[in-house]
Amino acid sequence: MTKTAFKHDLLTRREAIRRVSALLGGATLVGQSAWLAGCAVPQRSSANLFADGDVALLDEIADTILPDTKTPGAKAAGVGAFIALMVTDTYDPGEQRLFVNGLATLEDESRAQNGGGFMASSPAQRVALLERLDREAIEYMRRPGAEGRPHYFRLIKELTLLGYFTSEIGCTLAQRYTEVPGRFEPTVAYTAGDKAWAAHA
Amino acid sequence: MANENYDAIVVGSGISGGWAAKELTEKGLTVLLLERGHNIEHAKDYVNAHKHPWDYPHRGGRTYAMEEAYPVLRRDYPLNEKNVSWWVDEKESPYTEVKRFDWYRGYHVGGRSLLWGRQSYRWSDFDFEANAREGIAVDWPIRYAEIAPWYDYVERHAGISGSIEGLAQLPDGQFQPAMPLNCGEELVAGRVRGLFDGRRRIIPGRVANLTQPLPGRAPCQYRNACSLGCPYGAYFSTQSSTLPAAMATGRLTLKPFSIATEILYDRDRQRATGVRVLDAVSEQTTEYTARVVFVCASTLNSTWLLMRSATDVWPEGLGSSSGELGHNLMDHHFRAGAEGFLVDEQLSGQYYYGNRPTGFYIPRYRNIGGERREYMRGFGYQGSASRRGWQRAVRELGIGGAFKDRAAEPGEWQIGATAFGEILPRHGNQITLDPAKKDKWGLPVLAIDCETGENERLMREDMKNDLAELLEAAGVRSVTTYDRGYAMGMGIHEMGTARMGNDPRTSVLNRWNQVWDAPNVFVTDGSCMVSSSCVNPSLTYMALTARAVDYAVGELSRRNL
Repeated sequence: MTKTAFKHDLLTRREAIRRVSALLGGATLVGQSAWLAGCAVPQRSSANLFADGDVALLDEIADTILPDTKTPGAKAAGVGAFIALMVTDTYDPGEQRLFVNGLATLEDESRAQNGGGFMASSPAQRVALLERLDREAIEYMRRPGAEGRPHYFRLIKELTLLGYFTSEIGCTLAQRYTEVPGRFEPTVAYTAGDKAWAAHA
Repeated sequence: MANENYDAIVVGSGISGGWAAKELTEKGLTVLLLERGHNIEHAKDYVNAHKHPWDYPHRGGRTYAMEEAYPVLRRDYPLNEKNVSWWVDEKESPYTEVKRFDWYRGYHVGGRSLLWGRQSYRWSDFDFEANAREGIAVDWPIRYAEIAPWYDYVERHAGISGSIEGLAQLPDGQFQPAMPLNCGEELVAGRVRGLFDGRRRIIPGRVANLTQPLPGRAPCQYRNACSLGCPYGAYFSTQSSTLPAAMATGRLTLKPFSIATEILYDRDRQRATGVRVLDAVSEQTTEYTARVVFVCASTLNSTWLLMRSATDVWPEGLGSSSGELGHNLMDHHFRAGAEGFLVDEQLSGQYYYGNRPTGFYIPRYRNIGGERREYMRGFGYQGSASRRGWQRAVRELGIGGAFKDRAAEPGEWQIGATAFGEILPRHGNQITLDPAKKDKWGLPVLAIDCETGENERLMREDMKNDLAELLEAAGVRSVTTYDRGYAMGMGIHEMGTARMGNDPRTSVLNRWNQVWDAPNVFVTDGSCMVSSSCVNPSLTYMALTARAVDYAVGELSRRNL
C-alpha cells in the first residue's frame, strides 16, 4: 500500500465501513467527520457478539451470495468465520449492533417470506429472500446520509465479497494468482470470461 | 561511562544516514552508525514478504485494538496488519500537536527507506531559484548545476528506472529502463500529447525499483509488495543498497537501540566532539567521539537533536543563533485530483500482466514558462489506470453464481491520480520542545505548530480541476474531481526546520550542509530544505548527502574541521 493512487478503485468511503473501506479499494480509511475531529476511537464492547450457529448461518448466507460454480463458493472459503472475525475485531460498537441486529432482521424477514428461518429454507427460498434484501439495500444506500448508517445487507455483502476474493480459493481458483509475476507486460490480450489477476498483497 | 572514538558518527540509518555511512566509509573513515530503533536484517527479517493475502487474519486491514495503539498512524494508510512493527510505537514516543500534524515515523534500521513510495525525481532550477525570484523565505545557496553530478552519482548506485523526457522542470537522469505505461495509460497519454500545447504530459513514474540487476540486487519481480521488504533487493533501501556497501569496507559499526540524546560541543574550539548516546534498552549512557558528525535522523528528529545540543551556549540549541532552527516546516499536500472511466473498444480486449510498483506521472506545468496563476509554485500528478476488480461488485445488484463469476472477471478501465503540491516555507510553521511532556526515555518531546495557508488552498482548486479537464479532453468518461482532505505531515515528505542558506543570520546550515556554528556537524536529511518543490524529495537528500560527505572528507584532509 502506498499513499499514491496506484491501487485506488473508484469506490468511495461512502460505500464501506471505515476500517473495511481500504480493503475494498477506497482511497481513505477513515470517515470524513471523524477525520476532521482528530479521530477519537469510541469505546468498544467486549461481549461475545455472535451466538452458537451464527457462523454456520453466515456461511450459508455468504454461500447464497457466492455459491459453488465452476469454482468453490463462499462456504468452502470459510467466509462465515471471516465475517464474524471482522465484525468482532474491526467494527465499532455501533457498527457491531447494526450488524448483529441486521442478522436478526434477516431471520425475521426469512420467517415472514419463507415461513421459516434461513437455515430451514430451501435453496430457492434463500435466493428469493436475499435477492429482495439486495434490492432493498441498494435502494436504501442511494438515500442521502445512508453512508453513516449502512443497510445491514450491504455489510453482509461487502464482507462476503472481501472474505471470498481475498481467500486462497478466491485468489487462486476464482481469480488468477501469481505469487511472483517476474515481469510486467503493459498490454496482454483479454478475452471475455478471462479471470482477473488477484492482487499479491 | 565508556568512551569510544571513530572518525565519523552518523545519526540515523534511513535514506540519508545510509548514504552518509556508505560515502564516509568508502572514503576511508571509520564510522559509527547510530540507529535509535531495532535492527531489521535484509531479507531475513522481512517476515511477511512471502505471505499471501489470505495469510493475514484481517486480510491486511486494521483492528480496533490497532487503532487504539496508534492514534496517529490510524489517520491514513500506514496502519495495517502487514507491517505495523515497522512503524513507531506511539506510546513510547509521543509528541504534541499544537495543530494537527500527522507524523509517520519508522524507528528501526533502514528507517522509512524500507517503507517509502520510491518515487524519485530531480529538482530543477525552477525549484532552486523560486524563493529568490518570488521573495519567499531565503534563497537556496545552490543551483541545479552544482547538484546535477551528485544526482548522477546516487542514481547509478540506487537504481532509478525512468524515461528520458527532455523537460527543463524535471531533469532527466542516469536511468534504468522505465517501467512502461500500461495500455490504458498509453491511450490517454497519446491523446493528451497533442493537447494543451504539449505542456501537460503523462510519463512513466520514475521509481527506485530496478529494471536491470545491480550487484547483489535482482530486478523487480512485479509483486508490488515493496512495503513488506523486498527479498530480491529490487527497490532502494538502506538494507538493499547503502548498508551492504558500507559494511563491505570493514569500517562500519552499526549500533541499533542507540538514541543520540545530544551532540557534544566544545565551545572553545567551536566544534562538535562527538555524540552522547542512550541505550534504548539498558538506558546506559555512552559518549562517542568523532571528528565529524552527520545528522541524518529525519527532518524533525534531526532538529530535535540540535535543540538538545550545546544549550550551555545557545539555550535553544545548536544552530539556533539564526533564529530559524525549528522553523519553516513543510510537506507536500495531496489527496486532491480526479478520476473517471476509460471506455474504448480496443481496450476492452486488453489487460496487463504483473503488479507494477509505480504508475504514471504528470510533471509540473503550472507557473512556468511565463504563466502566472493566482498562487505560487505548482504540483505534479501521480496515478494509474487499471481494470476494476471484484470490489466493484459491492455496489452492484446481484447475488448468485452468475454474479460471482462476473465479479471474478476484470471490470471496466478506470484512471485517476492525485496531485502532490508544493507547500511554501513559512517562519510560523515551527517545532519547539514541549517541556511538559517527556518520552519513554525522559526526553522533552516536540511540539508541532504548523498549518497550510491560502497559497495551498488556491492551488488545490487547480489540483482537482486541471486533471478533470485533462481526462475529459482525452475522452475519459464520468470524470469526477475529489478532495479527500489533507493535514500537514500526511505527505510524509516533511522538510525544513534547519534550512540551508548563504547567511548565518537567516539560516542554520551553509551551502555544504554544515551547521554555521559547528562546521564539523552536517545535517543532510530533509531538515536542510529551503523550499519543498512539488516532487518527492528523497532523491535530493541522497544527492545532498553524497555531496556533503565529499566536501567534509576534503575539509578533514585539509585540516579545516
